[in-house]
Amino acid sequence: MISPMRAQKSISMTTTTHFPALSEAGRTVERHWRELAGRRRLHTILGLVLFTVAMGGSLWFANATNAGKFWDRLPHFFDFISMLVPRDGMEVWRALFDLPSPYDDGSLKFNYPEGRVYLTETLYLPEYFYKMIETLNIAAVSTLIGFGAGFCLCFLAAKNLAVNRWLRFFVRRFMEVLRAFPEIVIAGFFLAVFSLGAVPAMLAVTIHTIGALGKMFFEVVENADMRAEEGLRAAGGNWIERVWFSIVPQVMPNFLSYGLLRFEINVRASTIIGAVGGGGIGEALRLSISRGHEAKTLAIVLLLFTTIVAVDQFSAWLRKRIVGAQAFDFGRGG
Amino acid sequence: MSTLSTAEVDEIAARHVAAFSGSLRHRVTGWLLAAGIVAYLAFAWWFFAIGTVFAGGNWDIAGNYLADWVSYEVRPDVAFGDNHLEISYPRFSPLGDDPQPGWVTTESAEVEVTKAGAGGSGGGMQSSSGSFLGTVGGKPAPTGGADAADAPDGPALPELVREEAVVRAMVEIGAATLDIRPGQVVATRGGDELVLDIRRNESVDAAGPLPAWASQRAPGEKVILRFGFAGRAEIEDDEVKIRHRFWGWENFLFDTRSPFWGKPIGEVMTLVAFGERIDPLMSNAALAWNNVVNNAEWQHGDVWLKLLQTIVMAFAGTVLATALAFPLAFAAARNIMPNRIANQLLKRLFDFLRSVDMLIWALFFTRAFGPGPLAGISAIFFTDTGTFGKLYSETLENIDDKQREGVRSVGASPALVQRYGVVPQILPVFLSQSLYFWESNTRSATIIGAVGAGGIGLKLWEAMRTNQDWENVAYMVVLILIVVFVFDGFSSAIRHRLMGGGLQRG
Repeated sequence: MISPMRAQKSISMTTTTHFPALSEAGRTVERHWRELAGRRRLHTILGLVLFTVAMGGSLWFANATNAGKFWDRLPHFFDFISMLVPRDGMEVWRALFDLPSPYDDGSLKFNYPEGRVYLTETLYLPEYFYKMIETLNIAAVSTLIGFGAGFCLCFLAAKNLAVNRWLRFFVRRFMEVLRAFPEIVIAGFFLAVFSLGAVPAMLAVTIHTIGALGKMFFEVVENADMRAEEGLRAAGGNWIERVWFSIVPQVMPNFLSYGLLRFEINVRASTIIGAVGGGGIGEALRLSISRGHEAKTLAIVLLLFTTIVAVDQFSAWLRKRIVGAQAFDFGRGG
Repeated sequence: MSTLSTAEVDEIAARHVAAFSGSLRHRVTGWLLAAGIVAYLAFAWWFFAIGTVFAGGNWDIAGNYLADWVSYEVRPDVAFGDNHLEISYPRFSPLGDDPQPGWVTTESAEVEVTKAGAGGSGGGMQSSSGSFLGTVGGKPAPTGGADAADAPDGPALPELVREEAVVRAMVEIGAATLDIRPGQVVATRGGDELVLDIRRNESVDAAGPLPAWASQRAPGEKVILRFGFAGRAEIEDDEVKIRHRFWGWENFLFDTRSPFWGKPIGEVMTLVAFGERIDPLMSNAALAWNNVVNNAEWQHGDVWLKLLQTIVMAFAGTVLATALAFPLAFAAARNIMPNRIANQLLKRLFDFLRSVDMLIWALFFTRAFGPGPLAGISAIFFTDTGTFGKLYSETLENIDDKQREGVRSVGASPALVQRYGVVPQILPVFLSQSLYFWESNTRSATIIGAVGAGGIGLKLWEAMRTNQDWENVAYMVVLILIVVFVFDGFSSAIRHRLMGGGLQRG
């Protein structure tokens, strides 16, 4: 955006020399323009210098405060990857489906069948599938409850459905705090209250979801077409009737789309919260990596990867069906 | 235009019931959906045993933890001797080494005290209640470390000494008062008075019925008095444990070892500005700053360092990801790079980087680089390269082709076509997307920190795990919230400028 100007300038610089002297007004214009261009270039250079300093400082600081130094660790980087290679290719599948391993020496590393969750006498669910289902359920329940609560709150926070200014202000700040509050603190607090388990993770993800969805929802509501609402108002509908019959049908597809997007995010979030004590697949992954169980780690990564891709694809397909091609395909985020 | 009266509308509705009531599918879907959701939630209730978990929750403790966020407790113990009392405070009491709080008043008298040895004449502060427990039946007390140091040769003999000792302690906890004497505790709160007779090391007995704020599991056992927020007291047969709660973050600036501790703000200011050097090696201002940064309780220096790490993780990770995704996105976009295989390969790479969760990357890099911000930067870098690559290449595929054609028509080289035909269109969008992810990464960096990827997350997690330092958790949360809000405002301000105030979410 800047360089075309500069290119233009260099052209004009060379050309002006061929022209007779400018008039008084012309010179003023030229001077102003040169000053402007100069200032612009100065800003660009200053910005670049500042940015380079910030970036260099950041990297230096990160390296200096890290436990291992980047250049020391880099040659050993692939050692770690080689530590991830299991004894044979089948080990990964054995770990994934809890089949007995020929290397079983009674240690935690090869005790795949012990994790089986029996549904009937013979039919079992492999450990990691069970944990993955647990994590997915945490995400689903949190999304559902967050959707419900966000749905109820968003109409109170929308400017165009003004209920009461103070109520709106309060609801908005409330949702902001829910959203910005670090999930990990909520999880940690409820872990202290309930001891380990999935419920703290669920509460943490739910609380964040309420705030995040509530914000997106009220923005959708504020962009809704108000003519239907005016019609209902003219017919004497009360607030609830107006919202329910004029706003909700308009915004529901977008709400559902955002809800699905949030579900994708929540699957990841509940995995992470799981890793810090909330149970589910995240915890299994953290344990197996820190214990150096290569086959188990690979099995979990494989399962997690497949699940996340499947969830993303499913949700993208559903969103496309609900809101059409303009589905909000926007990765993850706060 | 003809107008229908209500009666006419009703008549039409009556003739075409089917048209007005909607199809069966239409009517039933909503209810089925609602029933499905309720059924699923019921299943989840069972699956996670939510009822049991909630019933088994430590709600008492939860209240205490929440109170700890914004308040602190002072915990004096009053131990019963034969005929006197011994008041002690825990070692790292927020009131310093020798607390004399105004809400504890004592009466002293000269009494005969059984001492473990001639050397062990330390004040009440040093000898713990343990030395009194040991004197039952006139046997020598198992001497503590302090006493052993004083009398290193041979076991000390019990000895009767006449000395000044506390014989009565009055403790005010909010609106309640405890009147503690050897053998008797009288608690008053509002109009209620509770008299407790203590037979030392045997039993605690209430003289009358217990008021609502007192509880006792079985006759003779300890009595717990609850005074709401102000605190509580446990009256046991050998000591009274008092927990008095105060609002605020105690010793936030200076800990009890600091020479500035306990001084009013004005005095500290005067000392810093004009006072004589307390430490000959440095000025008072440097000393004060040093004391604040190295505050043992709040660990300001460490917290700030870790917070900076988190900020740096989000910043450097996002910048690196942007820098790498930018050229790759051009190669991945169908309309820019005509090579289908390269397009597909890069797009699958982006999907891979994005779908292997940030958590997995964080755990991997923590193993590779050791715990610290490098792991966090790498995790954010990898995940976001995938995300940005996907977003950027999709943006590129939706650009307006006319500008490119214009630049190409004047004979520009392919690189210049991209530079002047494409980049000006997409740069604001790209930057806006990166900025949006920068602020969201600040939040993510907190969380992945807890698995070892450096930053404040780990510190936060450690503070929570001890269950003692909830006020530190609150402090860090406040800092994180400030950072998140500031970055939020900063990034949305830039995004508004870039996008001309239009589209907000990229």
